[in-house]
Amino acid sequence: MAKEQASLTADHSRRNFLNWFLGTTAGAFALSVLYPISRYLIPPQAEESSARTVTLALKPQELKPNSGQIFRFGSQPAILIDTPAGELRAFSATCTHLGCIVQYRPDLSEIWCACHNGHFNLNGKNVAGPPPKPLEEYAVNVRGDQIVVSKKG
Amino acid sequence: METESPKRGKLWHWLDERVGLKDIEYFAKKKEVPVHSHTFWYYFGGMTLFLFMVHAAPGILLLLYYRPSAGEAYESIQFLMTEVQFGWLVRSIHAWSANLMIFAMFIHLFSALLGKAYRQPRELTWLSGGVLLGLTLAFGFTGYLLPWNELAFFATRVGTEIPGVVPVVGSFMRRLLRGGDDVTGATLTRFYGIHVAVLPAIVTVVLGLHLFLVQKHGMSSPLGQDQEDKTKRAMPFFPNFFLRDLVGWLCALGVLAALAAYFPAELGKKADPFQPAPIGIKPEWYFMAMFQTLKLLPSYILGIEGELLGVLAFGVVGLVLILIPFLDRRTASGQPSRLPAAFGIALILYTIVLTYLGYTMNPTK
Repeated sequence: MAKEQASLTADHSRRNFLNWFLGTTAGAFALSVLYPISRYLIPPQAEESSARTVTLALKPQELKPNSGQIFRFGSQPAILIDTPAGELRAFSATCTHLGCIVQYRPDLSEIWCACHNGHFNLNGKNVAGPPPKPLEEYAVNVRGDQIVVSKKG
Repeated sequence: METESPKRGKLWHWLDERVGLKDIEYFAKKKEVPVHSHTFWYYFGGMTLFLFMVHAAPGILLLLYYRPSAGEAYESIQFLMTEVQFGWLVRSIHAWSANLMIFAMFIHLFSALLGKAYRQPRELTWLSGGVLLGLTLAFGFTGYLLPWNELAFFATRVGTEIPGVVPVVGSFMRRLLRGGDDVTGATLTRFYGIHVAVLPAIVTVVLGLHLFLVQKHGMSSPLGQDQEDKTKRAMPFFPNFFLRDLVGWLCALGVLAALAAYFPAELGKKADPFQPAPIGIKPEWYFMAMFQTLKLLPSYILGIEGELLGVLAFGVVGLVLILIPFLDRRTASGQPSRLPAAFGIALILYTIVLTYLGYTMNPTK
């Protein structure tokens, strides 16, 4: 009787061990499949655009007052504004709301995003609509007939 | 029984031994559809399924000409629309059937919600339907980018920015969706793979579960109908209901053909990541209410960024909708409950009003 009992508990603990073994093996197998897949799905980090300064293909005399022009700042779009007063200013062209590309509205003398109707003034400050933050401003220098735009700070 | 069953040929018996036609026949005979004043709404589930199939077939045909890269996608569709015989028709049917399918699906969703079809034992049917809704919207969103035109480019920029506003995991989610920090050719290939392989595979499984559960439990009668009408009326699914289904599908096919022929899918201008968003940009109609909400929200509400609050609200509404079988405790315990219907009607009204505003408000004001 006691012997039988002992063999039963031995059986039981053997079964427990086998179940545990099977479970951990299955878990380890799942992990070894899921880990490479999840790493595969995350795109590799692209080279961060190190451009801090860009020389535009535009000449200052080609710009009209009260107009704007999109240009490439590294890999990102930026906007060059010739204000009604004839002053050159540059900002990031990516709207701070949901990432659309802004444009200059000569009728309002404002920077405007067509996607969700966000308005920014000529200092890049968000003045109406949903954008929560101002546009990043860049420094504009005119050297001879070259326009050089660079990051501030 | 023997006298009832018609004479069968050799082929029938041969197949019956191998696939069990008798069981299928028995099941088909047994299947019934409840008849009451709201029976009409039952047609929209089957209609959604029909339009899904009509949508998939030209989708497969499009694969023969489409090239999923930023340099070639737009041009390959231009070629398809102008040079390939009936290319315009195949693409237009693909685009219009998607819209009609989503429309039918929304009717199906709201009729099930208002009829409280989600109550016990159909909670999982509802849940699988909710997953199918999400998958369908993902189909729409990923497919919209594939032509690589201006509208698609900005819709994707905004759409992938939306999970980006969620704190902590946001920027990771955005990178994962875009296949990088910006919407580029990498996003296009990613969306292409999701649209033509990942989603179809998942939908096949979830749709199979959904349809299995519908067969298992039969169609749900609205609560009131059960109690008032003690003598439950029903019609056989085969052929009575199925033939009515067919009439509906034929009508849908007619509407689809007319839409595709008279309003072929447009292509627009090629996407240019260095051009401003075009004036009057808008998403597909089924995202319009959300788009318009984000447009109207101020930049800050109680110190929280407006778009974050908006996106969280969409998430909460979606979660309440999908979990309603478990939230609606009163219906579950057999008591009358008005809240789910009020929620459904409020949601319908909100969507209609915001969609209307989205199409009528002056985009430049």
